[in-house]
Amino acid sequence: MEHQFDAIIIGAGLAGLRAAIEIGENASVAVLSKVFATRSHSGAAQGGIGAALANEEEDSWEWHMFDTVKGSDYLGDQDAIETMAKDAPRTIFELEHLGVPFNRTSEGKIAQRAFGGHTSGFGKAPVKRACFAADRTGRVILDTLWEQCLQRNTKFYDEFQVLSLMVEDGRCCGVVAYELATGELHTFYSKAVLLATGGAGKIFKTTSNAFASTGDGMALAYRAGAQLEDMEFVQFHPTGIYKLGILISEAARGEGGILLNKDGERFMERYAPVIKDLAPRDMVSRCILEEIRAGKGIDGKDYVHLDLTHLGEDVINNKLAEITGFARTYAGVDATKEPIPVQPTCHYMMGGIASDVDGRVTVDSGDTPFEGLFAAGECACVSVHGANRLGCNSLLDTLVFGRRSGMEINRYVQTVDFQKPAADFEKGAADKISSLMAANGKEKVGDIMAGMQEIMMENVSVFRTESPVTAALEKIRELKERYEQIALQDKGHCFNRDLLDALELGYMLDLAEVIALGALHRKESRGAHFREDFPDRDDAKFLVHTLVRHTNKGPQISEKPVTITRFQPKERKY
Amino acid sequence: MKCNFIIYRFDPAVDKASRYQEYAVDADPTDKILDCLNKIRWEQDPTLAYRFSCAHGICGSDALVINSRVELACQMLVRDFKTGNNFVIEPLPFFNVIKDLVVDLKPFFDKHRSVRPYLISDQKPPQKERLQDSKTQEFFEPALRCILCASCTSSCPITRTNPDYAGPAALLRAFRYIFDSRDTATDDRLEKIDSEDGVWGCKSMWWCTDVCPKGIPITKCLGQIKRVLKKNKAAK
Repeated sequence: MEHQFDAIIIGAGLAGLRAAIEIGENASVAVLSKVFATRSHSGAAQGGIGAALANEEEDSWEWHMFDTVKGSDYLGDQDAIETMAKDAPRTIFELEHLGVPFNRTSEGKIAQRAFGGHTSGFGKAPVKRACFAADRTGRVILDTLWEQCLQRNTKFYDEFQVLSLMVEDGRCCGVVAYELATGELHTFYSKAVLLATGGAGKIFKTTSNAFASTGDGMALAYRAGAQLEDMEFVQFHPTGIYKLGILISEAARGEGGILLNKDGERFMERYAPVIKDLAPRDMVSRCILEEIRAGKGIDGKDYVHLDLTHLGEDVINNKLAEITGFARTYAGVDATKEPIPVQPTCHYMMGGIASDVDGRVTVDSGDTPFEGLFAAGECACVSVHGANRLGCNSLLDTLVFGRRSGMEINRYVQTVDFQKPAADFEKGAADKISSLMAANGKEKVGDIMAGMQEIMMENVSVFRTESPVTAALEKIRELKERYEQIALQDKGHCFNRDLLDALELGYMLDLAEVIALGALHRKESRGAHFREDFPDRDDAKFLVHTLVRHTNKGPQISEKPVTITRFQPKERKY
Repeated sequence: MKCNFIIYRFDPAVDKASRYQEYAVDADPTDKILDCLNKIRWEQDPTLAYRFSCAHGICGSDALVINSRVELACQMLVRDFKTGNNFVIEPLPFFNVIKDLVVDLKPFFDKHRSVRPYLISDQKPPQKERLQDSKTQEFFEPALRCILCASCTSSCPITRTNPDYAGPAALLRAFRYIFDSRDTATDDRLEKIDSEDGVWGCKSMWWCTDVCPKGIPITKCLGQIKRVLKKNKAAK
């Protein structure tokens, strides 16, 4: 079946929906999502969205910008970070006007709370900057934006899996997608395609991410010739529930929760004397693992305690209700009475599709745009998070750059005509699916997926060293070869999860290779990328973004400079 | 430990009628029911269809009938059941089955849309945020926990007898906007659900509240709407 829209958005999380609202004002737009919109992973964001509103205490966007730059270990592009920090208060007011039900102060203003790495006075003390709705902030924003789309009659294609971007003569002219309920292929012709597909946490064994977070958009763009930027920077959130990886929001520490080792010691005081448990995520994750290595994990095991018991039932039940429920349901722990067992969990990709502040995907180390292709949210790398994202900057990123992408797409679609590619992309996709269905190889999707998740977790997570990462890269390449031998058992056309699993696995294997390559290439330690064999930051060699491009000869690495405007790199202490 | 799963199967392409298929799963007491379904799919039978995504009770994808009760498969652990490690898994009632455990939720979202689930205001917003009393926000806050999993609406006995009834989930969304001080369409919203297909369809049978995986006091919230309607009528 064929369709035509000025713009197609892939992904119905916050970035995609915000862009849809913007574009819908001026042009025809449709949103394709492999899950129903309100199932998008933005909904799992808990703690808050950052903006220097100064509703609770003195704050400024310059401080927010500085914290984000320092949090990024100076790898974030400062012009982009400035754009985001300056636009943050407007973004929050806009959300409020759309109906987002934020918690309120006693004066009726939007309430704010402390979050990791957010400070006043350029690093002097923690500051209350995170606007929130209990600990379901992402969920209420997602619901609000989706309902705004309902009001605007935005066209949704739910449970559609994108198979390929139609790229001809360097221009993206639409996508081919697979309808899950019927197995039918659809060709969407468009002047602009916005990728807003989120992260890829499922590459790792322990993750807070949804099953749907398989990096589809990143891999689609990469295969179509776009560059992936800074993919070696993978955030491990310090407080996932032991063994499960389910997120316990940083808001728990923002409200006063503390981390304890087996001796009952508040160990973060040793590592970050000024902001302690509110140090940025990369640091806290490493500190937890250092404690465990030193034999100070609880009962000698690989977890520590997150203690909320002193916060009182009122704070816990009202401001941290969701996570208290998670602790009860999954760990059997009553957080008002006992500490929660936690360990780091794969949470966020700082890297992504190289793109600019207006969502334009770039094809070189300069700012040459990929015609017709845009990206926003976690799947994009603008880069505002650099080597380590601060908590409550991801929701902000999705909304600021989702909107800006929408505005740029509105401008762009006025300047170009539809272009129908000469090649038959739908047939290409159909052939691919038939060959997957007809294959009778020996390999199973589940086995290869487990192999990838284990090796990436073991060798390419928080601590990295040359030889284990090299071994992981070899293993991933071996798994890619085995992937060519998979056989699908479900040959049907209705809700064929087997097929979807296989497609998603293919996307993740491509990205796992790029992550491992970047981790090998970057012989220094910066933010979330910690090389035990190169434990120091090396600004002389590596104050640069890593770019990886897909070629016939395999992935090719290059670099591009970091934009530094206001804040010169300094040693990062908290 | 060995668990026995009996699962509802229906593939419109090959099955004339639904059937049940049995699987033996080696599960830990702390495994989620969703983990068990994944094990079946990955290790035994990749043709089994069901929805899932976040796997921790936020996205609302995996509401199913587990041992005759509507539950989220990702929020119930094997140890939560006292049924001798036997599990019967079926799709949500009321909705049409697309395949196996996947149902067509279009009617559910149509009902949702019918209550105009978005802020309506005839006032120009200020430069900054509109002020709102924290007590007001706290009053409708329980409704914000809703994850649109359709557990309540599919369990509601009234939904099953009157297909035009808006159902608990949609009415809960109406509650959220009726009591939001920023919304100015309150009277119109109340008028539109002042009927048997609206809030009076609710006979306070509490099934919705009982099954809600987020613990929302849905029946009480709907009761608040009825109270306002009665009060308004008495005042006329």
